[in-house]
Amino acid sequence: MNKIASLIFALCLPALAVAAGGGHNEYIVDAPINLDDKVSLQRGAQVFINNCLGCHSAKYMRYERVSTDLEIPAEIMKKNLMFTTDKIGETMISSIPEELAEKWFGSVPPDLTLVARLRGSDWLYSYLTNFYVDESRPWGVNNHVFADVGMPHVLSNMEKELGEKEFKSTMADLTNYMVYMSEPIRAERERIGVYVLIFLAIFFIPVFFLNREYWKDIH
Amino acid sequence: MSMFQSLMGWVDARFPATKMFEDHMSKYYAPKNFNVWYIFGSLAMVVLVNQLLTGIWLTMLFNPTGAGAFDSVEMNMMRDVEWGWLLRYLHSTGASAFFVVVYLHMFRGMMYGSYRAPRELVWIFGMAIYLALMAEGFLGYVLPWGQMSYWGAQVIISLFGAIPMVGDALTEWIRGDYLISGITLNRFFALHVVALPIVILALVVLHIIALHEVGSNNPDGVEIKKLKDENGVPLDGIPFHPYYTVHDIYGMVVFLFVFLTIVFFFPDGGGYFLEKPNFEPANPLKTPDHIAPTWYFTPFYAILRAVPDKLFGVIAMGASIAVLFVLPWLDRSPVKSIRYKGWISKVMLALFVVAFIILGICGVQNPDGHVSFVPFEMTYRAMGQICTVFYFAYFLLMPFWTSKETCKPVPERVRMAH
Repeated sequence: MNKIASLIFALCLPALAVAAGGGHNEYIVDAPINLDDKVSLQRGAQVFINNCLGCHSAKYMRYERVSTDLEIPAEIMKKNLMFTTDKIGETMISSIPEELAEKWFGSVPPDLTLVARLRGSDWLYSYLTNFYVDESRPWGVNNHVFADVGMPHVLSNMEKELGEKEFKSTMADLTNYMVYMSEPIRAERERIGVYVLIFLAIFFIPVFFLNREYWKDIH
Repeated sequence: MSMFQSLMGWVDARFPATKMFEDHMSKYYAPKNFNVWYIFGSLAMVVLVNQLLTGIWLTMLFNPTGAGAFDSVEMNMMRDVEWGWLLRYLHSTGASAFFVVVYLHMFRGMMYGSYRAPRELVWIFGMAIYLALMAEGFLGYVLPWGQMSYWGAQVIISLFGAIPMVGDALTEWIRGDYLISGITLNRFFALHVVALPIVILALVVLHIIALHEVGSNNPDGVEIKKLKDENGVPLDGIPFHPYYTVHDIYGMVVFLFVFLTIVFFFPDGGGYFLEKPNFEPANPLKTPDHIAPTWYFTPFYAILRAVPDKLFGVIAMGASIAVLFVLPWLDRSPVKSIRYKGWISKVMLALFVVAFIILGICGVQNPDGHVSFVPFEMTYRAMGQICTVFYFAYFLLMPFWTSKETCKPVPERVRMAH
């Protein structure tokens, strides 16, 4: 029976590999994500609040959570990063009304809290770094990753000022922040997970010997 | 007499506590030759308890309305309530784990002939649990009210529309609305947290009572009750407690290691346990590019799509599950276990597993896409059709090969695996 089981396994292996595959777009590259890099996350939060939050909301994210998790002191947060509210417990809501946004862009800019989980970090990073000039579009720009996107290239000035390398590094920080924002507990969850598995590994020892002790007389 | 004994004496005079413990644990004699395949029944129980406990607490955090469901998952559970994320991941990963252990448990039954007389009712109650579990999984999947919840429900409910005459009225009755709406969500919530858990618990009790009445089968398919000692204890039987309780705890720790690795490090399950489109709230005006049911339904979804006609597709899908119920009467082999069956049974069972897994893959892929794991040109639809034919052939031809093939002699006593 073991032979048959291993045969089944061998036969199914390539099929499973296929099932795990996804779509293809040559412009999608790996995003350099590091949720332990607090400085990168802080820079990302700053870029997000200064450049994205004008039109997009992050309605499931509270300023207070950002301040605590990213170790940004509440005073600095309130003074420099909160433009639409002075209550730190509030969520990040965009300053433009939805009706106006729809008039300007043709549709309401989507909420960005979960976009990193919806699209994936690689997609997000590639999207942010893949705008190109296309005069046929209303804003004169298009995107290799998101064809005919409705969003203008908000960061084009930044791209020109910083140069390609610096801009990509800034977009990596922004992506890193947005990955954090899509699941603020992630770093903590992985940290706890290590202890949970260590506990189970230790618990396994008495359980293993208890089982062996009882079963040694059964032949 | 100790305090404990006198207390138990008092209870036993009023309620059969000791008797029940003996009947189902300390004097329930199970074959001594169980192998690793026999862990999945206990693990299904572990996962069931996990689902019930986490489910109760998630209910406290959930807002079962069209306007509030998505927010309550992403805000209450995932962010605002301490440890809410853990409850949610335990529950969502638990749903997938439930199907993993149940599929392996069913495969064990098929391998060792655990459905054969006198265990037909054990199998049928088990199949009923599986059916209720599919309904429970589907209903629960709708609750987070993401895009895939909404459109997955749209696809599944529309299947009822294929029924002639009453189809449209029936789908409307199920939805409680002209399209899937908050009203549908309300009723699915009620069914998911009250109705189906009661049904599943009742069926689990029936499954275990039936099992303990006839006794467990084993990898050799030998009836241990045939040979008993002077006390009426089967010679090859050992008391479930403590032998299999310590065994199952051991298995449970190994299972939890894998399960909690997923919960803490890969809760998305590569996009199969939590699907990406479900991180966007349900939007009736925007159809996702690619709608696929959750992974545990995909083999049956592939069978549905293999048939070009919708009504016959639905019938084929229903039949693919219904045929499992009559499995005890399709197997005519003189022996129970695959160990003593002929080579045809072994090859057919192996091919059946391969076909089932390939169907599962076909169910998530675009039917017009080309199968990439074969060296020739073929669409997933064609691949699904071939596997569908094999799926049914496996069951419908079983009476013929099982009664014709040469089997090996079954030993008197069970063999221990070493």
